[in-house]
Amino acid sequence: MTHSQAYDVQPPMGMLAELTHRCPLQCPYCSNPVALERRRQELDTATWQRVFAEAAELGVLQVHLSGGEPALRPDLPELVTACVDAGLYSNLITAGVNIDRPRLETLADAGLDHVQLSFQGATPEVTDHVANMTGAHARKRAFAAEVTDIGLPLTLNAVIHRANLHQIDEFVDLAVELGARRLEIAHAQYYGWALVNRAALMPSREQVMEAVERVEAARERLQGRLVIDAVVPDYHARLPKPCMNGWGRQSLNVTPSGKVLPCHAAETIPHLEFWNVADHGLREIWYDSPAFNAYRGTDWMPETCQSCERKEIDWGGCRCQALMLTGDATQMDPVCEKSPYHDEVQTLAVRDASGASEFTYRRFARTTESA
Amino acid sequence: MTAIQESDIVRLPRGVRLREDKQRGGWVLLAPERVFQLDGIAQTVVSQVDGECSVGTIIDRLCETYQAPRERIAEDVTAMFAGLVEKRVLEVA
Repeated sequence: MTHSQAYDVQPPMGMLAELTHRCPLQCPYCSNPVALERRRQELDTATWQRVFAEAAELGVLQVHLSGGEPALRPDLPELVTACVDAGLYSNLITAGVNIDRPRLETLADAGLDHVQLSFQGATPEVTDHVANMTGAHARKRAFAAEVTDIGLPLTLNAVIHRANLHQIDEFVDLAVELGARRLEIAHAQYYGWALVNRAALMPSREQVMEAVERVEAARERLQGRLVIDAVVPDYHARLPKPCMNGWGRQSLNVTPSGKVLPCHAAETIPHLEFWNVADHGLREIWYDSPAFNAYRGTDWMPETCQSCERKEIDWGGCRCQALMLTGDATQMDPVCEKSPYHDEVQTLAVRDASGASEFTYRRFARTTESA
Repeated sequence: MTAIQESDIVRLPRGVRLREDKQRGGWVLLAPERVFQLDGIAQTVVSQVDGECSVGTIIDRLCETYQAPRERIAEDVTAMFAGLVEKRVLEVA
C-alpha cells in the first residue's frame, strides 16, 4: 500500500454505485451531471462484481445501488448477489416505477438489505409534475406496498424545494401510511440539474424556517415510530454543510462508466484528474488518485478555515459549491458567514426564491448517437 | 423514551446486521443508511440479542461476564436497548 500523504487516510465506509444514468423520471434537481453518461459507456456485470469485491476489501461497509434508475440494469439481481457475497450491506435507491413483484422478490431473495424509494411529491399532482411522468405517484405507492409486504425495510426520500415544501406534513403522513421505517427530507442541493433549475426550486428563508419547524414537530410526535433525517438547506444557512463529512474521508462514488469520484458533483471541478476502475484498483484510486488527494485533510484550506475551530467539523464545506459561486475550489464554502462571498450568496438566494417556476427537465441531450 | 421491561424479548429487525469490521477493527451495526460503530461493551450486549431470550436473561448473562451489581447492569442495558429501539435498529418482539 502506498500512502503518499503525510496525514492518516482512513478507509471509506460507503460507496455510491451509479449503475446507470438512464431513468424513466426527469426530476429537475437530479444529482446526476448535466452531461449524462450513456448506455454504451456503462460498466459490464463482471466489472461491477469486481468493484464490489474490491470495495469490501478496502473497508466499504455499505453500497448504495443508485442511478439514474438502477432497476433499468437487467443484471441488478446479480449485482446484489455480488454485494452479499462480499459481505456488503446493499441499499437500493429507486424511483419505484419499474420493479414488479417477481423482480422485487428476486432482489429480496438475493439478499438485498434495504430499499430507499423517492417521492417527488406527497400527492399524485405534485409527484407526476415534478417527475414529469404521468402515473408515477400511483406506481410508487403500489411499489412501497410490495416492499413492506415482502418485509424489506423501507425509507422514503423526499427532495424538497419551492414546489413541494408545503407538503412536509403530508410526506410524513405518507411515510407512516406506507409503513416506512425512515423518512429523508432533503432540501435540493444546487449542483448539476438543480443548478440549472435553481430559480424554480429555491424556497424563501421563511418557507425554509417553517419546513424546519414542521420536521422537528413530526420528529417529536413520531419518536420511536419513524426516524426522520433532514438534509438542511444550504444557501440560507450561516454555516456550511460538512460536505461528504470531508473530501475523501468516508465515501466514494462510482459513475456508470467507472469513474471514481469523491462526491457525485466532483466532476464540476474541471482541473481534477479522476481515475477509472477500468485502469486502476479501487484501493489505489482511494489512496493515490489525484482527485481524492486534492482536498483531503486541512492543508489545502484558506487561512480563515485554518484558524477556525470548526475546520474538522465542517471540513471547509463544499468544494464544488466554492468553485461554482466564487470561481475558486480552494475558497471556503461561500455559505459560511466568514466568507467574503456570504452576502452575495444570500442575495442570490433571495433573488432566486422569486424566480420563474418553469422546470428544465432532466434528459439526455439530443444526439445522433443512441442513448 | 421507550421503556424496556426485563420480560421483553428484543431482536434486530430485518435490514439491521451486526458484523465485524476487520479493516477498522471492532464491530458495527449496519442499518438503513447508517453505521453504528460499537465499543466493546455495546458489542457484548448487542451480540446477546437473538430474538429468543428475554432482556432479563441477557442481563443475567452479562452479570456473569462483568463484575458489577445486577441493578447497575440492568439500568445500562435497558437504557441502551431503549436508545436502539428509538433509532429503530432494535425491536421488541
